[in-house]
Amino acid sequence: MEVGEVYSSRQLDAAEGEQIESLKARSQQPIPDPDEWLEEEVKRNILLTSVDAMLNWSRRSSLWPVVCFPACCAFEFITTAASRFDISRFGMEIIRASPRQADLMITAGTLTWKMAPQVRRIYDQMAEPKWVIAMGACAISGGIFASSYSVVTGYNRIIPVDVYVPGCPPRPEALLYGIRMLHYKIAKMSIAKERR
Amino acid sequence: MTVAFSGEGIASQIEENFPRSVVESSPKSIVVNKESLFAVASYLKTTPGLDFCYLTAITAVDYCDYFEVVYHLTSLQHNHSLVVKTRCYGRDSPSLPSVVSLWRGADFQEREIYDLMGISFDGHPNMKRIFLWEGFQGHPLRKDYL
Repeated sequence: MEVGEVYSSRQLDAAEGEQIESLKARSQQPIPDPDEWLEEEVKRNILLTSVDAMLNWSRRSSLWPVVCFPACCAFEFITTAASRFDISRFGMEIIRASPRQADLMITAGTLTWKMAPQVRRIYDQMAEPKWVIAMGACAISGGIFASSYSVVTGYNRIIPVDVYVPGCPPRPEALLYGIRMLHYKIAKMSIAKERR
Repeated sequence: MTVAFSGEGIASQIEENFPRSVVESSPKSIVVNKESLFAVASYLKTTPGLDFCYLTAITAVDYCDYFEVVYHLTSLQHNHSLVVKTRCYGRDSPSLPSVVSLWRGADFQEREIYDLMGISFDGHPNMKRIFLWEGFQGHPLRKDYL
């Protein structure tokens, strides 16, 4: 093999650069709601109370988190998943490596702009309905790295976030409280309007 | 423990083979000029008795007047080490000869220095950014960044 062949091509790098720049440019605007096309009237007139209750119960009782742990908050998540705090109590013990089999993203760690397209892609590949918990100071606002040239100042610049769990890192109890908050949020959902 | 070579001791040996190549030498390190860097590096690697076959690290320092690039060399055979430095003037497009052809481990580290300090390495097979993306403006570890 030629030495040059092991390196990524310039076109690939340029494409990646463009993708990051466009994410950066879009990060200043609010993320659009994909269900905006649903008319107000439709939302008000469809009543599926019992179905909603059943669906929401089943959804919140088996949230499957996707692997998206770029930094040190991951250890608190691991502790939360392990026997002492044990998120299998909430039906969450299966942490999927494939975003297609997951419906919850717990963003445990600092995100850099170089990594941002990958996180966006993981989120896009997750099946609806899907939720995001921003775990820790870095995930909320960039944390102590907020003024850096390479750090995304919060995951909500890239993807919509449902629950924010503050802390640096948050204790497992805090994450569990955040998960409970998400349960309450899911309980209020209606299939006539899936998204928040 | 690895025995650290005295820069002064090895400076005379280098000076014998490459006249006027050593700019400065101290017990801790030697500073060679940019033009003879590659020849000196290759001499240090291949000379029996020195055999610096392993490049531990390359790093760069911004002293505002000039950039200093620091090479930490180790010989696994003789268990000794040496610090070689070189200086690079000018802030617009500073460049140095690449040592990737001597030590493959220099590949990513030279790219890192290029990315964050803006020193380009001539002869590097893949001289481009490594941590930041294509299109990023500036070199953030420089003292005058922002």
